[in-house]
Amino acid sequence: METSRDILKIVVAGHVDHGKSTVIGRLLYDADALPQGVIDKVRRIAGETGKAFEFAYLLDAFEEEQKQGITIDTTQLQFHTAKRDYVIIDAPGHKEFLKNMISGAADAEAAFLVIDAARGVEEQSKRHAYMLSLLGIKQVCVIVNKMDLAAYAARVYRRISRDMDAFLEPLGLKARAYIPLSALKGDNVLRRSDNLDWYDGHTLIQALDAFVKEGRHGESRLRLPVQDVYKFDDRRIIAGRLEMGRLKEGDAIVIHPGGKKTTVRALAYWLEKDRAAEAGPGQSIGLILEDEFFNRRGEVISHETAPPLTTRSFQASLFWMGQSRLRVGQKYKLKIATQETEAEIGEIIRVIDASTLAAGPGAEGVKLNDVAEVIIKAREAVVLDLFVNCPATGRFVLVDDYNVVGGGIVTGVEAAPEAFRGFVSGDMKVGCDLFEEYYYSVEDQAVNKLPGPGLTYTVGEAVPLAGKSFSYPEFFDIAAFREKMVVKIRAGLTAEVLPLEEYRYGGLPVVDGRGFAFRISSCAQWAACAHDYAAATVADEAALSAKWLDFSAYRTIPFAGGA
Amino acid sequence: MNHLDMLEAQSVFILREAYKKLGKLGMLWSIGKDSTVMLWLAKKAFFGHCPFPFIHVDTTYKIPEMIAYRDKTAADLGLDLIVYSNREALAAGLGPASGRLVCCQALKTEALQQMTRQYAFDGLIVGVRRDEEGSRSKERVFSERNAQDQWDYANQPPELWDQFKTDFPKGHHIRVHPLLQWNELDVWRYIERENMPIIDLYFARDGERYRSLGCAPCTGKIASKAATVAEIIVELEKTSVAERAGRAQDQEDSYAMQKLRKAGYM
Repeated sequence: METSRDILKIVVAGHVDHGKSTVIGRLLYDADALPQGVIDKVRRIAGETGKAFEFAYLLDAFEEEQKQGITIDTTQLQFHTAKRDYVIIDAPGHKEFLKNMISGAADAEAAFLVIDAARGVEEQSKRHAYMLSLLGIKQVCVIVNKMDLAAYAARVYRRISRDMDAFLEPLGLKARAYIPLSALKGDNVLRRSDNLDWYDGHTLIQALDAFVKEGRHGESRLRLPVQDVYKFDDRRIIAGRLEMGRLKEGDAIVIHPGGKKTTVRALAYWLEKDRAAEAGPGQSIGLILEDEFFNRRGEVISHETAPPLTTRSFQASLFWMGQSRLRVGQKYKLKIATQETEAEIGEIIRVIDASTLAAGPGAEGVKLNDVAEVIIKAREAVVLDLFVNCPATGRFVLVDDYNVVGGGIVTGVEAAPEAFRGFVSGDMKVGCDLFEEYYYSVEDQAVNKLPGPGLTYTVGEAVPLAGKSFSYPEFFDIAAFREKMVVKIRAGLTAEVLPLEEYRYGGLPVVDGRGFAFRISSCAQWAACAHDYAAATVADEAALSAKWLDFSAYRTIPFAGGA
Repeated sequence: MNHLDMLEAQSVFILREAYKKLGKLGMLWSIGKDSTVMLWLAKKAFFGHCPFPFIHVDTTYKIPEMIAYRDKTAADLGLDLIVYSNREALAAGLGPASGRLVCCQALKTEALQQMTRQYAFDGLIVGVRRDEEGSRSKERVFSERNAQDQWDYANQPPELWDQFKTDFPKGHHIRVHPLLQWNELDVWRYIERENMPIIDLYFARDGERYRSLGCAPCTGKIASKAATVAEIIVELEKTSVAERAGRAQDQEDSYAMQKLRKAGYM
């Protein structure tokens, strides 16, 4: 049984009429990847209409598409080379059908961007490139098509490469290759062409096989959005798809929002052959839990380490597919993983014309096919991740009047309204992360932080001087420069909370709000340090930390689960 | 996960979305290999249960063995089975002699429409695949049909990141396509892997077999010696003939399937 071959999904994007469907049609035809019936059908249509055989008709199946010579909706076709299997996604290039281009491209792992050699980089070439970058597609090859119409001239190819490089750079994209070819004539599709003897790079099919199949990353972060809860028989089963991470029987899990904790008793199954004690990313599974809480669709299950974020407000990059403009204050249905709630546009930070990258203010709202950075405020708390950390829980759609009208990725989260942690004295409050535990995750290869208890300390109360990853002296001061406050700890007790301006350095150790020691031992140094912090902007924080802070004076980083 | 694991997980995800998000839901079961795989996937998705009815639109012209297999399987699995025929059209004498597209329109499309309305379905799970023919290659996973069961194929809404269309006006319904990204070989390899029961019309007898099942007058056999699932897989790995080449309704007109499907055909 041959089921171990990789399958890679590729979208072919680009401006209308630059020949996307023809490129794919030619590739499939030359590679002998189509059933005879499909080719016969296109021949017959050509015969009926008295036109030449059109490679594009192999994909543009709709009568309207063939009659008008444009692709209306996206198509997915399967194809294979000696190396692996492919799903090739044809995306419409007409601006009117951008929503269909996005529907197709959202599925892809890599992309070809087709540019007409005779016409060069046009509006949708750029818009599509922008959409690819937003959709998180990092592997892009540019096809310079119709080289036959540009006399196979190397200078045309070089000019287009330069133009496109310049556009892609600010998007953080770099084309893996620029391939000059003619889909119509078959040059450089499967076979290298003498017409393009100045080019010694990959042919189309070589470039296809050169894309890298990326496995699912981030196995250490567990994300299981709850799809449904079943009670068909005496089993109570939590159903969902493991979007990230591995889960096994006996695992301690946390259910968000709310943070209820329980343990996985078993993975449910129907056939004995599907019985397993462990599941991995991508699998649709069923969980039987030790504790039967009230569960519902939309909750997200994680391990205790690396939990997702819970917030009512987040920042996003969004592409707009709605006929009417997106405006501040407008309400939409927000769908993120399996969660659904009402959400409002809190702010339009800026609007970007996706074809020129020109940024403008959001006062006029966001119009069809534009991209914007926005703040979204949900009616209730939603569980999510930054897109870079977990795509499946870091992207969302907005629904209006029955249809998806926008899609976006989470780029930032406003300070979550978590329980206040810190010191309180009268009406003075000083937040701090002094007693949070840092640990090194071997799987993540990163330092993470466990949220500390949501505790407040009032004057006279004892503080926990030692934890797994910290140990403070009995006498020290805490300087919170951002809040302009100082807390004095004496004999392990909270002694005083006072404004920074009233504080005088007295020779005791001083730490910041996270427990990092200031490298100071004199009044002069304290004054210099306080001056630096007062003058600094946020961007200087790393430099300031490097200059003044000592991480390891009172803190250490144990391994997760160890120590 | 290998390719079949991924296809299975995705189909199960789709079935569970449909069950949770659509009101009254049914699965079209044509007795063929695709919808039988879908039935199997439903059992997997719901841990041995089938929490919705199965519907067979019976033209009364089906290959007789299909009906026998249908009734036996439904009884064995305890399926909630709805068999629906367009009695009115049959009484009026409609049949293959009326012309293929006319017959398909009355006994399949209209029968399906009548059934959808009679049972007030909000969602119908259908086993179409993108690789079958052109108009299906353009389908969405959740595809809306209006109150007249029509498909507005030229203006389909966006569908991305598995956020399917679950909002639609009352009276419209959603065609759910869990097998959209499977191909014919995937289906057979899955049948082999799962050791799944399947109707034996697909297996060669006397040098021929059915590759696709439908109504007896309009479904042709192919020359084949493939008498087991493994042999069918080997045969399909080599063929360059389209799967539906034996289905007469596809060949009537260059855009026959698009026209049928726009009007509500599966």
